Amino acid sequence: MATGKGLFGSSLARKYWMALTGLFLITFLIVHLAGNLQLFGEGEEVRDSFNLYSKFMTTFPVIKVVSYLLYASILLHAIDGIVLARQNAAARPSKYVKNNAAANSGWASRNMALLGIITLLFIIIHMKSFWYEMHFGNVPTYMIDGEEIKDLHSITVAAFEQLWYTLIYVISMAALGFHLWHGFQSAFQTMGWSHPQYNPIIKGVGKAFAVIVPLLFALIPIVIYLR
Amino acid sequence: MNLTLKVWRQDGPNDKGRMETFKVNDVSEHMSFLEMMDVLNEQIINDGGDPIAFDHDCREGICGMCSMYINGEAHGPGRGVTTCQLHMREFNDGDTIYIEPWRAKAFPVVKDLMVDRSAFDRVIQAGGYVSVNTSGNTQDANAIPIEKENADAAFDAATCIGCGACVATCKNSSAMLFVSAKVSQFSLLPQGEPEAADRVLKMVNQMDLEGFGNCTNTGACEVECPKGISLENIARMNREYLKASLTK
Ligand code: HEM
Ligand code: SF4
Ligand code: FES
Repeated sequence: MATGKGLFGSSLARKYWMALTGLFLITFLIVHLAGNLQLFGEGEEVRDSFNLYSKFMTTFPVIKVVSYLLYASILLHAIDGIVLARQNAAARPSKYVKNNAAANSGWASRNMALLGIITLLFIIIHMKSFWYEMHFGNVPTYMIDGEEIKDLHSITVAAFEQLWYTLIYVISMAALGFHLWHGFQSAFQTMGWSHPQYNPIIKGVGKAFAVIVPLLFALIPIVIYLR
Repeated sequence: MNLTLKVWRQDGPNDKGRMETFKVNDVSEHMSFLEMMDVLNEQIINDGGDPIAFDHDCREGICGMCSMYINGEAHGPGRGVTTCQLHMREFNDGDTIYIEPWRAKAFPVVKDLMVDRSAFDRVIQAGGYVSVNTSGNTQDANAIPIEKENADAAFDAATCIGCGACVATCKNSSAMLFVSAKVSQFSLLPQGEPEAADRVLKMVNQMDLEGFGNCTNTGACEVECPKGISLENIARMNREYLKASLTK
């Protein structure tokens, strides 16, 4: 008897989509970071390799397909997250006069929507300055081995030489870190991938990921700014 | 000890409600929280006032009726206790104590600290049972071999007393801990297993209809639950619902 709403509409289904898109975004963070790490380097060679990498990432067909999946995931995750947060707020119309939430739960777990929205604003700013420029803007070009290459590297460096941009970047990475501090293991719990033997590993890896990945992302603009 | 109490008063479901302040003196540290409330109510009645309505029944931590949100926590500061099992020795002379009802759209206030928890009953009615033939030749339950680990987990889940502290404490007013305990206590046992897929679909569906929020895995419910029901049950329900959605 089909009494459930299957994989759409029910509270649990909404959470499965949150978890799956969240985990997909986590794998994307690794790939994105791997590319960004080049920016720690300096000089002509780094500029060329970064720009060739950027070209590859915007033109290689397989990556193009994955990137559409990525845009869809961000949209789905953000819309679903906001719908869930609104339903959750509506489930308690009258608030407690005194509520000692810190006695039983972590700060990040209680502020996922706020942290997510900060991340979303960042994604929008970030895509305007790099993704939009790369695809539709006027990025200066130059020649490498007879091939015309867009110089995204100099746009990136120019952005990070501005204090306000670097500040936004660093604050957003802190928000992302807290989002993942709770979110990483939460996704496994949501999917029901839980086992007493593996839970400590999932939690440990999640917390390490939540600290290391956003920290490395944030260090790049700091290093460039201080250069 | 002498205490100042700030208590939620609400005349009925449609009243807006307000906090009222009371003083209670000479409270013994050996009293339970409910006994202290009894003393306060005597005092209010003697002064010609309307006593504070609150739920209670067994007063020994098994019925799940007592339901106060005390100083910002369900059943107060104690762990693994209901309000009737909470003793005044947890508090100090001169303390100000906030006392509020469970707050959730699905648990409307009846009066003061009393809420209507029949939403839980409707979730149970939707699937929290095992269909057995009761014509007189029911099989002896002990004749069915059950893996010890599953028997223990089912027993632990079945210790849920339906108090609603999980809903009250959850920032989303989610009933996941309660519903998952009820789903688990059956699905882990051979008697409940055949209907497991239908059960989880129906109970989650009813849970959503009642207006409980969604689970964010904050884990607050597990900390505040008087019976220590584990989040493991929520993971199990998530797993079972996913499987049932894919196969039913
Ligand atoms: C790279 C970006 C992001 C990553 C890697 C990410 C990852 C995650 C993960 C793994 C979860 C846990 C899912 C679960 O509890 O099952 C989560 C939850 C959540 N995310 Fe994100 N997220 C990102 C961006 C966003 C954005 C842009 C929003 C926009 C509003 C958002 C809003 C939320 C909310 C509200 C939750 C909590 C859902 C709940 O448990 O009720 N996230 N995220
Ligand atoms: S799960 Fe715990 S807190 Fe929730 S209703 Fe059952 S006993 Fe009460
Ligand atoms: S009155 Fe029965 S559990 Fe408290």
